[in-house]
Amino acid sequence: MTVPSDRAITVSGLVKTFGHTRALDGLDLTVNTGEVHGFLGPNGSGKTTTIRILLGLLRADAGEARLLGGDPWRDPAQLHRRLAYVPGDVTLWPNLTGGEVIDMLGRMRGGLNRQRRAELLDRFDLDPRKKGRAYSKGNKQKVGLVAALASDVELLILDEPTSGLDPLMEEVFQQCVQEERRQGRTVLLSSHILAEVEALCDRVTIIRQGKAVESGTLVEMRHLTRTSIAADLAVAPDGIATMSGVHNLVVEGTRVRFEVDTDQLNAVLGRLVATGVHSLVSQPPTLEELFLRHYQDDLSRTEAPAAVPS
Amino acid sequence: MRSFVGTGSLVRLALRRDRIMLAVWIGIFVVMAAGSAGATVGLYGTVEDRVEAAAAINNTPSLVALYGIIYDESSLGALSMIKLGAFGGALVAVLAIILVIRHTRSEEEAGRLELVGATVVGRNAPLAASLIVTVAGVLALGLFTALGLAAAGLSVGGSFAFGLAWASIGIAFAAVAAVTAQLTASARAAIGLAVAVLGVAYVLRAIGDTAGDGTASALRWLSPIGWGQQVRPYQGDRWWVLLLPLAFFVVVAATAQVLLGRRDHGAGLLPDRPGPAMAGRGLGGAFGLAWRLQRGTLLGWAAGFVILGLVFGNIASNIDGFLGSASAIEMIQKLGGVKALTDAFMSTELGMVAIGASAYAIQAVMRLRAEETELRAEPVLATGVKRLTWVWSHLTIAVLGAGALMLAVGLGAGLTYSAETGSAADFWRVLGAALVRVPAAWVLAGLVVAAFGLAPRAAVAGWAALVAFLLLGEFGPLFELNQYAMDLSPYAHVPRLPGGEFSVVPLLGLAAVAAALVAVGLVGFRRRDVPIS
Repeated sequence: MTVPSDRAITVSGLVKTFGHTRALDGLDLTVNTGEVHGFLGPNGSGKTTTIRILLGLLRADAGEARLLGGDPWRDPAQLHRRLAYVPGDVTLWPNLTGGEVIDMLGRMRGGLNRQRRAELLDRFDLDPRKKGRAYSKGNKQKVGLVAALASDVELLILDEPTSGLDPLMEEVFQQCVQEERRQGRTVLLSSHILAEVEALCDRVTIIRQGKAVESGTLVEMRHLTRTSIAADLAVAPDGIATMSGVHNLVVEGTRVRFEVDTDQLNAVLGRLVATGVHSLVSQPPTLEELFLRHYQDDLSRTEAPAAVPS
Repeated sequence: MRSFVGTGSLVRLALRRDRIMLAVWIGIFVVMAAGSAGATVGLYGTVEDRVEAAAAINNTPSLVALYGIIYDESSLGALSMIKLGAFGGALVAVLAIILVIRHTRSEEEAGRLELVGATVVGRNAPLAASLIVTVAGVLALGLFTALGLAAAGLSVGGSFAFGLAWASIGIAFAAVAAVTAQLTASARAAIGLAVAVLGVAYVLRAIGDTAGDGTASALRWLSPIGWGQQVRPYQGDRWWVLLLPLAFFVVVAATAQVLLGRRDHGAGLLPDRPGPAMAGRGLGGAFGLAWRLQRGTLLGWAAGFVILGLVFGNIASNIDGFLGSASAIEMIQKLGGVKALTDAFMSTELGMVAIGASAYAIQAVMRLRAEETELRAEPVLATGVKRLTWVWSHLTIAVLGAGALMLAVGLGAGLTYSAETGSAADFWRVLGAALVRVPAAWVLAGLVVAAFGLAPRAAVAGWAALVAFLLLGEFGPLFELNQYAMDLSPYAHVPRLPGGEFSVVPLLGLAAVAAALVAVGLVGFRRRDVPIS
């Protein structure tokens, strides 16, 4: 009730332990209504545990989780009618057909858009008459996706939903999520596929060892990354090495190669131009670099936030 | 022979996986057999005692149907092992079936066989390896049992005949399971099919043994369990009969290998037809789903129970035909007449069938656990379905299903029995006697729900409880356990109908215990994490 309606999900200080393992260690996560929120992190970092708590399946040991203005542990069934969930590994009942599972899960949620169901089956190229045991991994995943996307709900919770999909189907999935966003739905998308996250997500939260280590828009995150520069100068460079934001500088006569923090790019380029530039190649910053940095476990021991993974 | 390449390494893998489970199973069988032998040796010291006890069994058709015939009434070994010969043999067969399916269809269904199959392993190797492990396992079981029996004081030759007879039943059903593993794509269905064949084999020998000298007595020779009994351990030890299960194994196992060559990996020979593209009206909530998942199993069990009922009713109505000698008839008259005898028969058989109904209830509730561990509960509980509704959906099927099964057996037995006696009252008496067994099955279902809610990993304890109650009832009197221990079993409180005295109090008591266990389980489940793997 106290949660403003522009927040679909708010999680603060969430803790969950399994025996001696601390799966969540004070996690914070905010998802605004109407946004597609990327939820990233290495295997075993606590993404699925977070999602299960948000679904009221697991009980948090400490901290608070609010979902669509309610408490997922106390009134799960009411909240579940307003959301749809696709697990990372869709397991089907061996003797139910895909079509039956789609309809059944839809009805359990309180309704299904028949027209959208037919359209999605067509777009995902899924045969709904096969028995659960006969589907391949990718096709099982499609059954889960169609069941979720054909529901008229406010919130979609997708836990690595595209594992096992071929690139063509991945493309269809991305279009579908774009459409959901246009309809004003909120999406929490846990994913490992960086291209998917870049294409779809408005904001991203990166989780590691049960804690959120980074959260913000992709534009903000790009600022945290570096541009690679290779240049041939008129004379040997001078003073570049001491400029802030310059890393891994290699000088060979008049040629230089280095990386520069994106927010220092202007100042460094100004210095190069003052020296005289014969040729210049620059490579744009990639999110991949940022993600890899957070995925690597031992990085917490190196000091600077912008330290380079070697 | 290239298609058998890798059999050796698969055998080693299977032995590595099963070493503890196999040792425990073998230990249980040996202790059960040797314990039973030891107790009997102490109880029936003189030949007169033995002849009297053996004659009483041979003159009681219900016991003959259940356990078999004692051919040499003076034999100590025959009397000691009468309860375990066919019945224990059937349990050995269940072990063999589980072992074979576990290493063939289960592996294939889980996708692990694919992983193994991609290495240097021939097409026929996995099935061959599973048969080798199973045959070696039941042979070891038979040999250790023989040693245990001989140590308990029975004759050495007879003990080895008994052990090998047990093993032969296991070997025959290993081959049966090898075939059913080729027929269906699911391990559960393959086990169900093989167990159904086992049930038919048991009934065939029961009909054969109770047919006296009639032509139907030949039916026992159509049953691997009948073969095991016809070895007649401690009663002449007819070793040549063991050639029958051996030949059966060779032919049926070879058939299984041929069938294997005619199907695709992961598929069964029984075809998987495309199903409906849309869900029917009934499949819209937790109850619709539970019914859909469980209806096939329930209908299969119900059909089996109707047949069992028809057979029992028929045997009961012909009981006076078994009473050959005048002295036997006189003894029966003293005991309360033919009516009392048929009532006792009915009561014994219905008691055994009630254990089956409890087993049904347990496996129906265990579906909850399977749905949870196989992660199929998660997507359902992430919809508008409430947790307790989900538990109730499967529990309702267990509770009503156990009732429906006893109704089925009661209807079957009541129909054939009352048709013979011509009395409608007999129909209602038999039906009522079947239904008073239902609350005991509910207690078992309640136990599983309680475990599922509080300690889900211990939910399999429901099966252990069933076996414990069964052993308490069968062997408690033999070991002279005190009454408090025997009263732990819910079956100890069921009125012995027909013939016994009816009282509603114990039935209400059992229902109340079941309800309390369910309540505990529901409270536990509402508070715990899902899934706990």
